[in-house]
Amino acid sequence: MSVPYTFTIVGKNDNPLYEAEFASGVKAKEQAHHLSQFVIHSSIDLVEEAVWKSTAMNLKGVDRFGKSYISSFVTAGHIKFMLLHEKKEEDAIKGFFQDVYELYVKIAINPFYQLNTPITSVAFDSRVKKLGAKYF
Amino acid sequence: CGAVVMAQKGARPYDRIGEQVFAKVDKINAELFTLTYGSIVTQLVKDYEDLGEVNTQLEKMGYNIGVRLIEEFLARSNVGRCADFTETAEVVAKVGFKMFLGITANVTDWDAEKKEFSLVLDDNPLTEFVELPESYNKLWYANILCGVIRGALEMVQMKVEATYVKCVLHGHDVSEIRVLLKEILTDEIPASMRDE
Repeated sequence: MSVPYTFTIVGKNDNPLYEAEFASGVKAKEQAHHLSQFVIHSSIDLVEEAVWKSTAMNLKGVDRFGKSYISSFVTAGHIKFMLLHEKKEEDAIKGFFQDVYELYVKIAINPFYQLNTPITSVAFDSRVKKLGAKYF
Repeated sequence: CGAVVMAQKGARPYDRIGEQVFAKVDKINAELFTLTYGSIVTQLVKDYEDLGEVNTQLEKMGYNIGVRLIEEFLARSNVGRCADFTETAEVVAKVGFKMFLGITANVTDWDAEKKEFSLVLDDNPLTEFVELPESYNKLWYANILCGVIRGALEMVQMKVEATYVKCVLHGHDVSEIRVLLKEILTDEIPASMRDE
C-alpha cells in the first residue's frame, strides 16, 4: 500500500510554513510530490470559502482531486493545516489535526517564533512525523 | 541511618515555610506571566541587538525588582535573621523561589569557605515553551533572576554576584545559577545623604 499522505501548513498569505509526507508504504516519487503540493495549493480557495460557513476549526473534507481527498483544519489565526489523502478516514484525520494543533500552539507561544514564518524547529518536525506514523 | 535523615529534615523546615507562604500569596495565570516575560526578552533583543548587552539589561531589571521584592518577602514570610550564608541560601531557594515563582530550587556545590553555592532549578515558569533560535547561544534567557537575587540580598547587607552557568534552553538538563558572596556590607550612609 503506497499511500502517501501529504501534510502542509499554510500561512495567511498562502505561504507554506511546513510540509511533511507520511507514506505507509513506498515513498512517493519526486513528481508526485510536486503534484501533491499543487493540488493542496489549488484547494486553498475552497478552504477560504468553507471557513466562513462553519464555526468549527476542523473543516474535514473540502476538495477532491481524482481519487484523492483534501481535508483541512483552520486555526483561529487562519493558519491552514491541509492534508492530502487517498482514504476517507475522518476519525484518524480529526485526531491527527487535533494533536498537530496542540504542537502548533506550543510553537506559537514561543516568543522567538514569528507568526506566519516557516517552522524550522527540529523537535516539531520529528513530533509531527511521529503523529503521522501513529495515525496513518 | 534513619536518625540522620530525621535530623536533616528537622534542620530544614524551609520547605514547609515556603509552601505555607506560597499558599497565602495571590496567584496569576502562569501563561500570562510566561508570555509577558517572553515579550520583554524579545523586545530587548530587538532593541539592543547585542546579546551580551541583553543579558546585562535583564540583570539590571532583575536588580531593580530584587531591591523591592525583598520587603514583600520579609513581610510575608516572617523569616528571621539568617545565622550564616548557608542558611541564606536555603531561604532563597526554598522560600524565596517558592513564594514568587512557585518552584523550589536546590542548593548544591558549596565551596570550601562556604562563600559560593549553586542554585539548581529543575523547571522555571519563565522558560516554559521557549525554544532559543540557534544563533542565541550567548543569551541567558532568565538572567533577570540573577539580578533579583543580587538586588534582594544587597538590601539585607550581602553583596553577591549571581551568574547563570547552565540553562535548559541551551540543552542542559537543569538550569544552574552560581551565587558568590563578595562581602558583607556594614551600614553605610546612603550616597544621597553623604554629600550634604
